[in-house]
Amino acid sequence: MSLKGNLHNLKEKYKGTKMAPAFNAIHTFLYLPNEVTHGGTHIKAADDLKRTMNIVIMALIPCLLFGMFNAGYQHYAAIDNSLRADVLANFFTFDNLWIGIIKVLPLVIVSYGVGLLVEFIFAVIKGHEVEEGYLVTGMLVPLIVPIDTPLWMLSVAVVFGVVIGKEVFGGTGMNILNPALTIRAFLFFAYPTWMSGDKVWVYDAVNMSEADAISGETMLGYYAKSGQDLTIAGTNGAADIVTTYGDRANELYSTFDKFMGFIPGSVGETSTFLILIGAAILIFTKIASWRIILSAFVGAAVMGFIFNQVVAADIITESSKFYGLMSTVWWEHLTIGGLAFGAVFMATDPVTGSQTNKGKWIYGFLIGFISIMIRVFNPAYPEGVFLAILLMNVFAPTIDHYVVQGNVNKRLKRAKVKTA
Amino acid sequence: MSKDIRIKKGLDIKLVGVAEKTTTNSSKSSVYAVKPEDFHGIVPKLIAKEGSQVKAGEALFHSKSDPRILFSSPVSGKVVAVERGARRKVLTVKIAADAKQEYEDFGTKDAAKMSGEEVKNHLFISGCWPFVKQRPFDVVANPNQAPKAIFVSAHASAPLAADLEYTLAGKEAELQAAITAVSKLTEGLVHVSVGADTNSPLAKLKGIELHTVSGPHPSGNVGTQIAKLDPINKGEVVWILTPQDLVVIGELFLTGKLNLTRTVALTGSQFSKPQYVTAISGASISDVTANNLNDDNTRIISGNVLSGNEVKAAGFLGYYDNQITAIPEGDDYEFFGWNKPIFNKISTSRALTFSWLTPKKKYDLNTNTNGEHRAFVVTGSYEEVFPLDIYPMQLLKAFMYKDLDEMEALGGYEVAPEDFALTEFVCVSKQPHQKIIREGLDLMREELG
Repeated sequence: MSLKGNLHNLKEKYKGTKMAPAFNAIHTFLYLPNEVTHGGTHIKAADDLKRTMNIVIMALIPCLLFGMFNAGYQHYAAIDNSLRADVLANFFTFDNLWIGIIKVLPLVIVSYGVGLLVEFIFAVIKGHEVEEGYLVTGMLVPLIVPIDTPLWMLSVAVVFGVVIGKEVFGGTGMNILNPALTIRAFLFFAYPTWMSGDKVWVYDAVNMSEADAISGETMLGYYAKSGQDLTIAGTNGAADIVTTYGDRANELYSTFDKFMGFIPGSVGETSTFLILIGAAILIFTKIASWRIILSAFVGAAVMGFIFNQVVAADIITESSKFYGLMSTVWWEHLTIGGLAFGAVFMATDPVTGSQTNKGKWIYGFLIGFISIMIRVFNPAYPEGVFLAILLMNVFAPTIDHYVVQGNVNKRLKRAKVKTA
Repeated sequence: MSKDIRIKKGLDIKLVGVAEKTTTNSSKSSVYAVKPEDFHGIVPKLIAKEGSQVKAGEALFHSKSDPRILFSSPVSGKVVAVERGARRKVLTVKIAADAKQEYEDFGTKDAAKMSGEEVKNHLFISGCWPFVKQRPFDVVANPNQAPKAIFVSAHASAPLAADLEYTLAGKEAELQAAITAVSKLTEGLVHVSVGADTNSPLAKLKGIELHTVSGPHPSGNVGTQIAKLDPINKGEVVWILTPQDLVVIGELFLTGKLNLTRTVALTGSQFSKPQYVTAISGASISDVTANNLNDDNTRIISGNVLSGNEVKAAGFLGYYDNQITAIPEGDDYEFFGWNKPIFNKISTSRALTFSWLTPKKKYDLNTNTNGEHRAFVVTGSYEEVFPLDIYPMQLLKAFMYKDLDEMEALGGYEVAPEDFALTEFVCVSKQPHQKIIREGLDLMREELG
């Protein structure tokens, strides 16, 4: 008998048992189920949640592949700075990819393995179907953590994120906070010394001595300290390099590098170019809200521009610890750190985001705006996107409430005019 | 003051099996049935007992809440069976038709000379009152309320819907008589909407406010038109009638007979020759569709694919329906059906679905749900096919958690289940929107009604 027939018989056999959700999850992965409509519309459109989630994963694949190459590239470039002279020639090499395979793939596997295990356990305990939410979360998580995140830390964070971030609220569709960001936030607050250091962003940077390697700072790290002096011990008897963080960053990374993503950072968030391709896919397929993406970028640009004006007006001086990031040109903010990734892939989560079209404009704008604000004013860890999105996740229902209330008031007013 | 109604949000679902414009007479059925479930919210009290003889137009049962509202037999004959379900609920009243039909004579009337009360009583005794439905709640109208307006939609935009211009051709006299009569029932206007550029027989009627409608489905839904013309506020009621029911009422006034013969469209890919037939309401499906239907693994629907009711070949045509749709059942698995590119199904997204490339193509959709039931996840997709000034998902959620204040505030009085047919069609989470709305409206009617 065919695979289809065998699976159908197994489904009938498991029906009503505890294991049915677990079996069905695998079955429906292979086959679109044979369910037919009852009552209501007799026909249904082609899209289901699996298809929707699948498109998001496909939009993330370019970022993942790039992240794998970048993992190796940043590692080797940290050892031998001269590689940076010709990025394109030294980027897509098998050596780079190999670092990606041994470092990034385990993150993906652990993220999916642990997360789906938790989902299956909850589905079996609560007797509902395994829902698709984690398919996207599981892909997002490895892309937003530093490359040197230990796998055990990731596992603990994933369990926390899925259970506390999602399952306690009732599972996919019911959660208040974006689960992937909950996982990221857990990592950051549970292991701050590890996660906010300057050593986790480049593979094996922890074991590199200052003498033979540059530090593994992210762009934001450099800019945050841009005025401070930096002394790099000269290698092979050469003189020490004395510079500032800001100059060093500009020396190492061109605008092109930042836009294309040849910089250290979380695994998949560095390439603004590929993120924009992902955004194009999501917007074209009508999966993500273009309103949120656009307004988030606008919000970030506006905040960045305001800070630029503050600097231009000499309100703060170079000695201020906020000067570095505040003086970063507003459009450059859009290409560094996790802003683009957050705006395109995280803020657009329909469950935790604003659900009304008007609300989406406000929600997106505030995410961009607050991201840059936190980025500039947070001295310990210059990244604000994940905190800004989590904050706005909490406020999204409030935004929606007022938008919907507008509609309700219109209705009340209409009734009043009528009776008056 | 007529008004053009133009909507942009919506979706025309183009299916295979448009009825060809030829009409044949279906053979007379031996048994006809009236199903109280067709009249939502009505609890029937039987008048005709099993075994009694009835004429066409004679009452079979009345509404328990208002004994004036009678429900008539579509044919003359003998009441052969009263089938009951759980808690002795009446499911069907079956009448074996006489060879020679006899009609109850209600006498010819000139509606122009009648008062509103007289028209109302005439509709009561002849069993025509159930044709008058009301919003809010989408039920048979409560005759004790005064409607602020009456709405008739003569623009059929639902998938494969019967072409009213064709089925009602030549019925101008009946329609005019009916409009004259029902206009006595309201102080307000009688709004009639027709499609743009049609020769609809309703376009030339007197005593109406004529509107033209354009845009995708649900432009023809009367709920859409009410929302654009004169939205319902709390405490207000509008009554609605369909054009095919107006013909029955018109004939009643002109001839004194209740004639429930309609032109019914047989549509959908499972008919070998989709076309029109004449049939009496309550006729058996197998007689109406004889020699035309491919009944192998077929979903037969009395009504359209979006809000019709599933019937078996041994079942009966719904009381209000002027369409039977037959489409293939979709009870099969599809290998990797959730991620492979899809060319043969309709979708409003472009998520590897390609129906946006071929907007004119006619699809042969089956009844597969194309996915499993999930919690609400995706946002913004309903709004694209929902033209009313209401937040559809928020309203659905309020209906699900049964917060009466919110149901009222978010627009619960303005909606009917059919208004949520398209959102249900596109729903990624495969939620039963129409059922949610129906149950919520029943609750509102009970608590606030």
